[in-house]
This record gives sequence, C-alpha cells and structure tokens, in this order.
Amino acid sequence: MSSVAELAESRELFVNLTLRELRGKYKRSVLGWTWSLLNPLANMVIFSVVFRYFLKVATTAGDPSGLKVFALWLLCGLLPWNFLSNGMSGSMGTLIANSNLIKKVFFPREILVASNIASWVVSFLLELGVLALVLVVAGSFVLPWLLPVIGLVVVQTLFVVGIGLVLSVLNVYFRDVQHFIGILLQIWFYATPIVYPISYVRDALKHRHVLFTLYKLNPMVRFVEAYRDCLYDRRFPPLLDTVFLVGVSVATLAVGVYVFTKLEPKLAEEL
Amino acid sequence: MADPVVVVDGVSKRFRLYHERNRSLKAAILRAGRVRYDEFWALRDVSLEIEEGITYGLVGENGSGKSTLLKCIAKILRPDDGRIATRGKMAALLELGSGFHPELSGRENVFLNGSILGLSKRDLTARFDDIVGFAGLERFIDQPVKNYSSGMYVRLGFSVAINIDPDVLLVDEVLAVGDAVFQRRCNEKFADFRRAGKTVVIVSHATDALRTMCDRVAWLKDGQVVAEGRSEDVVDDYVDQGHEDRVEVTPEVAESRWGSGEVRLQHVTLVDSAGRETSHPSTGDAVTIRLRYRADKPVAKPVFGLALETLDGTWLWAHHTRDAGFVPDEIVGEGVVDLHVPNLMLQPGTYDLSASVVDYTTTHQYDYLRRCLRFDVEHGTPRESGGFVALGGRWVSDSFVA
Ligand SMILES: Nc1ncnc2c1ncn2[C@@H]1O[C@H](COP(=O)(O)OP(=O)(O)O)[C@@H](O)[C@H]1O
Ligand SMILES: [Mg+2]
Repeated sequence: MSSVAELAESRELFVNLTLRELRGKYKRSVLGWTWSLLNPLANMVIFSVVFRYFLKVATTAGDPSGLKVFALWLLCGLLPWNFLSNGMSGSMGTLIANSNLIKKVFFPREILVASNIASWVVSFLLELGVLALVLVVAGSFVLPWLLPVIGLVVVQTLFVVGIGLVLSVLNVYFRDVQHFIGILLQIWFYATPIVYPISYVRDALKHRHVLFTLYKLNPMVRFVEAYRDCLYDRRFPPLLDTVFLVGVSVATLAVGVYVFTKLEPKLAEEL
Repeated sequence: MADPVVVVDGVSKRFRLYHERNRSLKAAILRAGRVRYDEFWALRDVSLEIEEGITYGLVGENGSGKSTLLKCIAKILRPDDGRIATRGKMAALLELGSGFHPELSGRENVFLNGSILGLSKRDLTARFDDIVGFAGLERFIDQPVKNYSSGMYVRLGFSVAINIDPDVLLVDEVLAVGDAVFQRRCNEKFADFRRAGKTVVIVSHATDALRTMCDRVAWLKDGQVVAEGRSEDVVDDYVDQGHEDRVEVTPEVAESRWGSGEVRLQHVTLVDSAGRETSHPSTGDAVTIRLRYRADKPVAKPVFGLALETLDGTWLWAHHTRDAGFVPDEIVGEGVVDLHVPNLMLQPGTYDLSASVVDYTTTHQYDYLRRCLRFDVEHGTPRESGGFVALGGRWVSDSFVA
C-alpha cells in the first residue's frame, strides 16, 4: 500500500480512472445514464411479482411513515445489495483488466480498486436519488433522511472497498475466485432480508436466539435494515446496529488493506 | 561529479516458476494450500549508481536481467533484497507498449497515461498537440489503440513519455521498432533531453548505438553485473566476448529462445515455389516462409511475426499477422502459418530471419526465436548493383538511347 503522499498525488488519476469506468459503463448504450436504472428496475419488477404475488410475502408497513408499497420496500434493500454485489464483481476483474497498466507503469495499484468501486458509488447514489424522488411522489417526505443515508453509504463503501481489495488480488493469484464468489453472492443474497422481511426469520427462530444472533452477524442484514429504517420507515436505525456496522466496516477495510499490501508487490509478475 | 539520481544497492530479484500454469483456488484447496514452484534468480546482488544528466546503457544477452532491472528501477517490480533509491519524476518505456488500454482511443490513453505519470489535465491539454504531433498520429488519435500497428503503439508511448518531461527516462529496447524517420526524431529528442540535463537509462542490443549514445554502460550476465564503466570500454569488451557475432541458432538452442511457451514454434523453414525447402533462393523468386507451431492448450488470438536482418544486425524488415489483419480467434494443437512472398526483393547476400509468436497486445511473448533461420540469396532477376534490397526499377531517358 502506498504512502499518503503518493495517494494525494494520484488524486487526478483516481478521478480520471473513475470517469473512465463510468464512461465505459454508460457510453456504449443509447440510453446512457438511464440505462443504469433499468437493471434495478427489472430486478424490482421480477422480485415484486415473484415474492409479492406468487409467494405472498407480506408488505411491511413503514413505521412511522405509514408507507405500504412492496416495490419501494424491496428497493430500499435491493439497491444497497446491488452496490455490494457490483462492487465485488467489479473490483474482482479490475486488476486483470488493467494488467497492461500494472505491468508497464508505476502508480498506487489500490487506485484501480478504489476507482472501480467509486464508479459503483456514483451509480448507487443515482439510484438512491431516483428512489427518493419516487418516495416523495408516493407521499413520503424522505428528503431530510437522505443525510443519514449518505452516512450509511460512506460506511458501506468502506466495507465494500475492504472486500474489493481482498478479492481483486486474490483473483490475480487464483483465476477461479469469481466462480466461488458467484455462489457466495447467491447464498449471501438470500441470507439477507431483501426479498423477505426480517420478521419472518425472527419468528422462525423464535426459540433459537443463538441462531438469530448468528444470522444477524451478516453485516448486510443490519445494512439493509438500516437503509430501510431511514428510507422506508423514516426513523433512525438503532444506535447499537450503527456502531456494529461502523466497526465491521472499519475492520473489513483494515483486513483489505493488510491483504492488499501483502500481495500487491508481486502483482506485476503474477499477472 | 553530479549526484546520483538512481542508486541500486545490492538488489536481487527472484521469480517463481509455477509448475501449474493455471493456478486455481480449487486446485490449491485440494492440495491443501501448497502451490508448487521453482525459484529463479533474475538479478543477484546488483549495485549501480547512475549520475544525474548522463545516458546510461545496459547490455547483456537475452535473459540476463536487463528488463527486470529496469522494471525494478521503475518500481513495477519489487526487489526481494536490496534497495533502490530514485530522485525526480520518472517515465518508463518498457518492452513494446507502455500501458495503453486497447479499447480506449489514443486520445483517452494519452490523458490516462499522462495522469498516471503525474500530469494534471491542464498540463496535458497544453502538451497534447506536441505529443500527437511528435508521434505523427494526428489522423488516428481518436481510434482505439487496438487498431494501431506496433510501430504506432511505440511512437505514441515514446511521445507521451518524453513529452511529459520526466527527470529520468527508462527505455527498454523499444527504439528498434519504428521507421528510420521516427528513430532519427527520437535520437534528436534524446539529444535535447540530455542537453537539458536529464538522465536516460537505456537497454539495447544495438551495441553501436550504445557506444555512441551512452556515457556509461553496465554489462549484465545471468543477473549479475560483470563490467561497468565508460561506454566504449564496456561495449568493446562485450563485443570482444563475441557478442556481436551471431550465435548459430536453431529452435533447439536455448539461449536464442525466449517466451512463456503456451505456443512453441517448432520449425521455421523457407520453401521455394515447388514446395521444397531451400536455403538459397534467388532474387525475385516466389518463396514461402513457413512456421510450424504447437499449442498444447487453446491460445486466443496469437500473433505470428517475422523479422529479417543482415549479418551486421541491420534491421531490414518485420511483419506480423496482427498488422496484416490475420489473427485467428484461437489455435490449439499443431499447425502451420505461411507467409507467401511473391517476389523476394532482396539482393544477393546472407540474411537472418527471426520468428515470434506473441499475444494480441504484442506485449507478451509466447515464443521468440532470434535469428533462427539463415539463408543466402543468389543472383536472380532483377539484378541490381548493390545494397540489400532490390527495388525492381527501370532506367529510362528521353535524352539518349542506350
Ligand atoms: N514474470 C516473470 N516470471 C518468471 N520469470 C521471469 C519473469 N520475467 C522475467 N523472467 C526471467 O528472468 C530472466 C531475466 O529476464 P529479463 O530481465 O527480461 O532479461 P533481458 O531483458 O535481459 O532479456 C529471464 O530468464 C526470464 O525468463
Ligand atoms: Mg528484455
């Protein structure tokens, strides 16, 4: 990992690489930026139909917002999930995609991971912005709650960067990591209360508190709940949960930095 | 004496040669985490000091560690032992291509590369026309660089590196590519650069060029410095040791061979119009240069290349299948690639052919056989008076009859 001075010098590069990622994502499509919204929209429609209408998942009422729209409730959990999953897949490929650069020029390599994830943050914020507008139109004046949401995005970004740093180098050493991650992401998705309310799990594990505590160790459980608290219910997430999330994210980032620092010096020859 | 800008102090670099080419997590888990590899020292206890404002050369045979040393100085590789200290802004032009992104246009790559080398957008905008103009790529600058020929690639890379005005410029063998005009302009640029008190570290096979361009030269052999000093002395020693003489090279001779081996060239032959192998075609003959290759596993988009040089090392010609737009999506197993030459426009003399297979970006060598085929051209038609190439021209005059 590079010194702070080197990173500061690379600000321009970071911005440039992030713009490149964004351009790459949106340039090729006629619809441009709106394209990025189509994907979560499709997800939302599919999941709403399957889980709301086929599997009869109950629509949770916002407390105290009083909102009761399954699709919006779903999106409040789905968007943060998409950010995680995009950030993981994106950072996994970024070192290999840029192997030309790594083998030929010196620069702090973590910038590649950071800029990839930064581009997903931009998409995420865009999606959240649209969601907020829809919420307002649906009669839920959510705008003041965007402030704590920004805080959550910052914390989740630390978390995603930490994971991304590990995955990016691991994928250079073992090219089949992405297959494993594909499976992991599927399991993780259903282990997180995105398409079902957490109350289902709480009820199912009513007499098995240990299991429920274990379930809640998955940081995405609390992330999704916290986003829903702010956006859907319009209330603050429990303080303890917030502390837990900050702690886990900082720890994940620290692990990411450690692993990356250990493996980064040999990147140019392993690629 | 000026201060050193680059201090290399007891540097060693070790590479791992993995037994398995495709390392997978699955295999690693099955083998309980052990990844098997051999170790190989590419540099051993190398120490050098490069003073500010001089041009410093590195010579040595293929595989002696020159590129590895340059990459260590450029901070792209981390030495396993020893220390390297550098001062000032550094730009590196490593073997073929300088970190361009194939999908991006030349323009985007200039900005990306420039910002990697530490230039702000404003600086880059100010220098952009110079960079493109020097490379002579005005008409192509908005095309993706994957459509560039290798010469264009190198020209743009060199142009970016030298126009961002580094304090230290590291150059690896790149100037062998590119036409004579560009080479001359590069040399002028080098001269300017040196006059401005900047430092150049250059790796080259061309001993004559090193002798004239460099102030000091280090000679590397098997990863160690065997001689270091004034360029005339070291280069003369190097040449005296028989290094300018061509080593007789066939695919079986190991030193002449280079590359990671996914594709191997098994045979390089010259075939006449009757389909017979020949080593002495005549000027104007139709000949075929035939490459037999073997790829044990599928290899995507390999690029086959040929180069021709004279006995004294003058680079006459090169051509590869990417520039010809003749690249298969994938090869596997054994196969043959032919280059049909309708008229061999070489004058009588002896020539050496080198052959290579590289990846699509032409930055990674699968196999490289330097001077693997020598042939003698005999008198044929046209019969011209001297030199290496036959132009097939015809004398005419309105003023007299002959
Ligand atoms: N990434 C790598 N992995 C393993 N071996 C390498 C790698 N890069 C270079 N080598 C080995 O290191 C030695 C020195 O290579 P190099 O520095 O490229 O030589 P030179 O530039 O003098 O021809 C060679 O034997 C080569 O096989
Ligand atoms: Mg080399």
